[in-house]
Amino acid sequence: MNTVVLLTLTGLGLAALYFLVASGLSLVFGLADVLNFAHGLFLGVGAYATWWAAGNLPGAGSDGLGFVVAVLFGVLAGSLVAVLVELVLIRPLYSRTIEQVLVTVGLSLAGVALLQATWGADPRPFPRPDWSRDVTSVLGAQVPNAGLLLIVAAVVVLGALLAFLRWTRYGLIIRAGVENREMVTALGIDVRKAFTLVFAIGGAAAALAGALGGVYFGTVSPGQGGSLLIFAFIVVVIGGMGSVVGSAYAAVAVGLLQQFVNYYGTSGLGDLCVVGLLAVVLLLRPQGLAGKVAHA
Amino acid sequence: MAVEPILSVEDLSVRIAGLHILQGVSFEVAPTGVTVLLGRNGVGKSTTLRAIVGLTPRNGEARGTVRMGAQSLLARPTHRLVRGGLGYVPEDRCVFAGLTVAENLRLAERRGTTPAYDKVFALFPELDRRGRQRAGSLSGGQQQMLAIGRVLLNDNRLLLVDEPTKGLAPKVVTEVAEVLERVAESVPVLLVEQNLAVVRRLASDAVVLSAGRVAWTGDARELLLETALTKSLLGVGSAEVHS
Repeated sequence: MNTVVLLTLTGLGLAALYFLVASGLSLVFGLADVLNFAHGLFLGVGAYATWWAAGNLPGAGSDGLGFVVAVLFGVLAGSLVAVLVELVLIRPLYSRTIEQVLVTVGLSLAGVALLQATWGADPRPFPRPDWSRDVTSVLGAQVPNAGLLLIVAAVVVLGALLAFLRWTRYGLIIRAGVENREMVTALGIDVRKAFTLVFAIGGAAAALAGALGGVYFGTVSPGQGGSLLIFAFIVVVIGGMGSVVGSAYAAVAVGLLQQFVNYYGTSGLGDLCVVGLLAVVLLLRPQGLAGKVAHA
Repeated sequence: MAVEPILSVEDLSVRIAGLHILQGVSFEVAPTGVTVLLGRNGVGKSTTLRAIVGLTPRNGEARGTVRMGAQSLLARPTHRLVRGGLGYVPEDRCVFAGLTVAENLRLAERRGTTPAYDKVFALFPELDRRGRQRAGSLSGGQQQMLAIGRVLLNDNRLLLVDEPTKGLAPKVVTEVAEVLERVAESVPVLLVEQNLAVVRRLASDAVVLSAGRVAWTGDARELLLETALTKSLLGVGSAEVHS
């Protein structure tokens, strides 16, 4: 029983990490039709900016309010980079899908190389609060606090995103744009502003994943974003392009499947099962669990 | 045309995916009443409306001159044209199925202007009653009313309406025609329509397209009286014209 609870909660922690990366990726793809392979870079920027801020930014640190300030700095940096990428590199290429893929793949590789050149290729210890290294007893299972932190953060982000989509003017534009972007412009709305906004939101969520992923893994490394991005793409496809709720369901399915199969089977088999799940969804429900709808 | 037209289209050519859909189309839209764009299926009527409102697809290109008053339209993005008073009701309604009726209408609101909900709900009382219903669950006629109502929330200088009665039951066709008749009292309309009974009721001027070119322009009622002409241009017999 303890093992099942532990695997469930650590699986949900992993799911939370996938959701934070996938939610923005899904909105960007659903609204703007951009397959952003540079999304992992926003995660890397968030992680390294948090790591840097904890040691260098006045008021920031590795514990208490200082850690919150460091994470906020990381989130802001990730969001800013995402906006710059959209404005400078993606916007001129909205009608050219192949060029978009080439540019975002290139940017992703260049970003990793830049992080390596600046801070080295080896993983660096991540500054994290002492309490995040402890465990909490849940139904007899000793669950790492870092995993619980990720779950709480993902639930908060999910709630905030749904509230944003449901209650704000831009949320309405994004939900409509995911359904029929052309018709949104035919109502007199400049949909490009919404593109920039979803990049900012996606960049912030990915950067938060980078910062909290650092707490979860205990280290930060240049390639972290790329490896998480693969599973985030799988989550987006399984959940349905443009659906935040679909991404949440898919992230939970992928995280739990991976964790349980890796534990009860052999290590690595969980990853294979996730790819199998992706194949099954693509065959039976190609539009994903939620279809192309930005749920509020 | 003695009076200054609200819209003038000169030598409009549209290529999409290598196909030359429109080949130098020129016509004018009167500043009052309904001008109808007619022609057989596939001659480029919807393509003409989409080119005017800046919605030629990415794999296509529109060339020529389109002016609304003194303003040149072709190089401008769609959202600016619409904000400038060019209302567009697309073929197949294109309501946002996942949003409620109220959200569909709210989306059309513009900052700095007061949306004319009173006018829209006076024309379509059902939209007021069904505010919380998802647009995707409305009937075809109700969706058409929503598509038209959405555009009428704002002031327009010209309305482009693409096949508003397509696929609707006869009773609903009459209702939609009545609404367009009332709308056309205050704003000029460029209408694409296949239903000749609706055309006879609404249109004052007609432009007939054939194979991507203008084949005939003139008084709409005059066209419908010429059975041989309508048969050659539109491929319909006298029974359909006078039904």
